[in-house]
Amino acid sequence: MKNIWAIAKKELRTYFTSPIAYAVITVFLVLTGFFFYSLVWWFNSQSMQMAQNPYYYQQININQMVFSPLYHNMSIILLLMLPLLTMRLFSEEKKAGTEELLYTSPIGVNQIILGKYLASLIVLAVMLVLSALPSIFPFVFGNPEILPWLNGYLGLFLMGAAFLAAGIFFSSLTENQIVSAILTFGALLLFWILSWASNAASGIWKGVLNYLSFFEHFDDMTRGILDTAHIVYYLSFAFFGLFLTHAVIQSRRWR
Amino acid sequence: MIEVVDLTKKYGNLLAVNNLSFKVEKGKIWGLLGPNAAGKTTTMRILTGFLPATDGKASVAGFDVFDRPDDVKKSIGYLPEVVPLYHEMTVTSYLRFVAEIKQVAAAKRKAAVAKAVHDSGLEPVKSRLVKNISRGYKQRLGIAQALIHDPEVLILDEPTIGLDPAQIIEIRELIKSLRGEHTIMLSTHILAEVTQTCDGVVIINEGKLMASGSLEELTASFRRQDGVIIKLKKPAEEAATVLRDIPGIEKIAVANGELRIEWSRGRDLRDEITRRVVEKDLGLAEMRPFAMNIEDLYLKIVSGGVEQ
Repeated sequence: MKNIWAIAKKELRTYFTSPIAYAVITVFLVLTGFFFYSLVWWFNSQSMQMAQNPYYYQQININQMVFSPLYHNMSIILLLMLPLLTMRLFSEEKKAGTEELLYTSPIGVNQIILGKYLASLIVLAVMLVLSALPSIFPFVFGNPEILPWLNGYLGLFLMGAAFLAAGIFFSSLTENQIVSAILTFGALLLFWILSWASNAASGIWKGVLNYLSFFEHFDDMTRGILDTAHIVYYLSFAFFGLFLTHAVIQSRRWR
Repeated sequence: MIEVVDLTKKYGNLLAVNNLSFKVEKGKIWGLLGPNAAGKTTTMRILTGFLPATDGKASVAGFDVFDRPDDVKKSIGYLPEVVPLYHEMTVTSYLRFVAEIKQVAAAKRKAAVAKAVHDSGLEPVKSRLVKNISRGYKQRLGIAQALIHDPEVLILDEPTIGLDPAQIIEIRELIKSLRGEHTIMLSTHILAEVTQTCDGVVIINEGKLMASGSLEELTASFRRQDGVIIKLKKPAEEAATVLRDIPGIEKIAVANGELRIEWSRGRDLRDEITRRVVEKDLGLAEMRPFAMNIEDLYLKIVSGGVEQ
């Protein structure tokens, strides 16, 4: 654990002494803020109209009308931003020759991978916490339900964790950061759109494709549904990514 | 302290290290000498646990490199060919990070960093960013990170490469000052490095062991001929014809106006030669013995002239 934390601290220092973390966090917050603002604005205008009709007025729900679509937008921004956080994690070590220091130190490859992963998770958490600050206003001036709201953030964090694990895997494949980021984008988009393919599929394949798609699991989470199947999906995706990273690093040294 | 037995490493079909065996004694500085692509870096990477060997055994500080990699890694300080530096850190924070991953206890870390900074002469730059310090200081920092956990064995891959002459001397002095406390193995393709810093040498070429031993042993074992170099006032070519018929002389070569006279080992023809020079009035200006030095040896070995 001590070793994992040593690596994580080093990575965090790199994130925050270089412009990477600031750039990613700022762009994420600006875009999220913009979506939040327009959704709240739209919600307000809808509420005004619906206030004319008591029946519709009952139906109005800020969780569904503001937060649920906001989470969807945020997830796309995360898909575009998180590969930029992970692209250098292993590529840079390889390129700069610092991997020789890491792999000749008395710490395990597992600990190195987990340390780097932990650092990227912390940056993700910082991004999500900061993005949640504007939500204080709906809570002060309205009455959203807190549990579905939290559930959405949990979904974002879990999905982000899966993205990061995929990014670390691709970073271990190449010493070129750009290539690492592009491969990550490609893979994540593919997993995203699997649910589209499932529309055309039938039988068991429909189920399999739907299960593999990020979208299907995330949609439930934005609507306040907490199902262990979704949590298991994201955690196993992350585990698989890290496991493959380990395999890549070990196999390269044994070749 | 370091023992390598029949070590072999293949990269695909390429044989990088071929049945290499050697030993380094405790407290000594040993050079791993060979031309570029001789297998020096590969050998060092195997010793440090960065690469696994295809075959053979290696042990460092009494631990087998393959069976007890963590114990080996704890007892080795390693300076790779490319100094592994994080440019966005300061010198001190970099050393603190290395101390952490090299398992220096938290309570001792501060002192370990201070000692490494002091021993490697990094005081003037200790709070600067690594990317802003000079090449010489970067190399010192590389040695400092290898020393940080006070390892028994230091493995330095080309420690003076890319430095200017003054820096090379500084680094060599630094390495020499570590002798005794640490067993050091350094690789180089520069011969002077070995003769000036090392107690012994392992010479490899194309992954194969060509020679190993202390410098004196090696020079002695390869000296098959004795001889003198003389300088005369008369033209050298003319003198050569006069001297050639002295019994026992095997070879006379003329170079730069000097005569290099060789005879087989165990004899001494200096009196004969002097007598002849005086008789024929050749005008002796200088006479000095020659012995095959390590430079001749190295050149002979890498050009394939000597097999052992």
